[in-house]
Amino acid sequence: MFPKPIEKQSRTAQISYQAMLPLALLLWLGPLLAVALFSVKPAADFTNANYWGMPSSFEGAFNYGQVFFNSDMPRYLLNSFLITIPTVIGAVALSCMTGFALGIYKFRSNIWIFFMFVAGNFVPFQILMVPVRDLTLQLGLYNTKTGLVLFHIAFQTGFCTLFMRNFIRALPFELIEAARVEGISEWRIFWYVVLPLMKPAIAALSVLIFTFIWNDYFWAVVLTQGAESQPVTAGITSFNAQFRAAYQLMSAGSIVAALPPVAMFFLMQKHFIAGLTLGAVK
Amino acid sequence: MTPAADMEQESWFHKNQQRIAPWLFLAPGLLFFMVYVIIPVFQSFNLSLYEWDGLGAAEYVGFRNYEDLYWEWVDRDAFYTSLKNNLIWLILYLAAIPAGLFIALFLNQTVWGIRLYKSLFFFPFVISQVVVGLVFTWFYDPTFGLLNEFLGLFGLGPLNVLGDERFVTYGIIFAGLWPQTAYCMILYLTGLNAVDPEQIEAGRLDGAKGLRMLWHIILPQLRPATFIAFVVTIIGALRSFDLISIMTQGGPFGSSRVLAYYMFEVALSEYGFRMGYGAAIAVILFLIMLCFIAYFLWSMYREEKGH
Repeated sequence: MFPKPIEKQSRTAQISYQAMLPLALLLWLGPLLAVALFSVKPAADFTNANYWGMPSSFEGAFNYGQVFFNSDMPRYLLNSFLITIPTVIGAVALSCMTGFALGIYKFRSNIWIFFMFVAGNFVPFQILMVPVRDLTLQLGLYNTKTGLVLFHIAFQTGFCTLFMRNFIRALPFELIEAARVEGISEWRIFWYVVLPLMKPAIAALSVLIFTFIWNDYFWAVVLTQGAESQPVTAGITSFNAQFRAAYQLMSAGSIVAALPPVAMFFLMQKHFIAGLTLGAVK
Repeated sequence: MTPAADMEQESWFHKNQQRIAPWLFLAPGLLFFMVYVIIPVFQSFNLSLYEWDGLGAAEYVGFRNYEDLYWEWVDRDAFYTSLKNNLIWLILYLAAIPAGLFIALFLNQTVWGIRLYKSLFFFPFVISQVVVGLVFTWFYDPTFGLLNEFLGLFGLGPLNVLGDERFVTYGIIFAGLWPQTAYCMILYLTGLNAVDPEQIEAGRLDGAKGLRMLWHIILPQLRPATFIAFVVTIIGALRSFDLISIMTQGGPFGSSRVLAYYMFEVALSEYGFRMGYGAAIAVILFLIMLCFIAYFLWSMYREEKGH
C-alpha cells in the first residue's frame, strides 16, 4: 500500500492524521456547508447582516416548506424524474444490444462503428445544438419531455456502448461458444446467457446515467422552456428569479435540486464508483 | 405457416444468423445515434456556410462567417476572448489531476471511518454544475461570501471575484475544479487500490521513499487512471458551459465567455438567432476537440491491437 499505512507510523503521525481528516473535509465541503447553513436561517438574518453567526431562529422547516408548497419546485422535480428515468431505461436497453453486437461478433466494420460511438460521445454539445433543436421542433417535440428524452437516449448510447462493449469483452467467451454448439439462437444467447451476466454493468450504468441526466443543464435550456417540461436544473433559475435575494430559500432550493443524485450515489455507491472507474485499473 | 416453410426460413436464418445478428442488435442504437449525433455534426458544418435566423430561408454565404470570426480575432473581440479563455480553461483545469492524486494519497489509508471520508470527498462530483455554480457564486459574493469573510481575517478584500474582468475566469475555473478534482481523486483511489504491493516492497528494500517511490514505482502503475483522468478533464474543460451560464452569463462585459457559451449566446439568446454564425463557432470548438478525440482514439486503437 502506498503511502505507508499510518498504523505503521509514529503515534504523533497517527494522531495528527486523525485530526487532519475532519479539518480537511470541513475545508473541502465549506462552500456547501455554508449553503446548508443559509437554508435553515430566517429571512431576518439576511436583512440584519447576520450571515455567518448562528441562525437567530431555526427556520429549516419553513424554508423547505416554502420550496415544496409555494413554488414550482415539485413540478420541476417531477419533470426531472420523468426525463431521467425513461432515459436511463432507453439508453441502457439500446446499449446492451449495441454492446453485445460489438463485443461478441467479429466483423470488419466492428472497430469503426465502436470508434464512432466513442468519438460521438466526446463531441462538444454546441455542434449538435442547432440541428438537434431544429429536428426536435420539426418533430413537434420542442418544449416536451419526450423531445429531451429522445435526445438524451441517443447521446448517452455512445458512452453506454463503450461501457457495455468493454464489459462484455471481459466475459468468458467460451460460454457463448458452448451455447452456439448447443444450437441456441443468437437472440437467446443474448437474453439467457449474456444479459444475466451483465447485471453489474447495468446497475453501474443506470446510476451513472441517472446522475448525468439529472444534472444536465445545457439541453434542458436548449430544448425546453416552461415549468411544464423543464427539469430542476433549468427550473432553479426561474425559482431563483421568483425568490430574488431570499438567500435562505434559494439555498434550500439548491439543496433540494441536488439531493436525488446524492441519494442515488450513497445508496448505490459501489456500482457508481465501479462505473466511473471502469478502465482505471488494468 | 406450414412446417416445411418454417423449416426453410429457419435454416436460411440459421445459416446467416451470425452475420445478420450483429446488425439487428446494432440497428436501434445506431439509428438513434446517427440521427441525433453523427448527422447533426455534418449538418452544423454545412450550416456554418449559411446565414440563417432559424425561421426564414437560409442564405448561402460561403466562408463569410469564418471571415467574421477571423476579424473578431484580429480586433480582439468576443471570439478572441472566448478562445483565450478556452485555452486558460484547458491548462488550469488539468490541475484537477495532480490535486486529485494528492487527495487520493491523503485518503488512501485504512483508519476507522475512512470510507465515509472518501465518499464525502467525492460528493461535489455528484452535485449538478448548476448547484456548484450557485454555491460558488455565493462563496465569492462581495458582501457576505465565505471567501471575503476569510480574506477579512487577514485584513484583505473585499474582492469581487465574479465582477472583476481580471479574476472572473479564474474564479469560475476554481469552482469547476472542485467537482473535477473529486472525479480524479476517485480514479486514483481505485488505481492505488490495485498497485502491486510486491513492487512497493521491492522499492522499499531498494531504499525508495516518498516522492521517489511515487514517481518511479507508483505513477507508472497508475497510468490507466491518469489517462482516463486526462480524457475526462480535457472534455470537461472544453464543455464548460453550465458554470459560466449560472455564475456570470459570460460577464462582466463578456470577459468570462468561452466558445461553448459564446456559441449559445450568438445562436439562442436575446442577442439574436444567428444560427449560421453560431454553427461556425461550434465548428471551431469541434475542431479543437477533434485533436484530442483523435489522440484518445489512437491510444485506444493501440490498446486494442495489443490485446
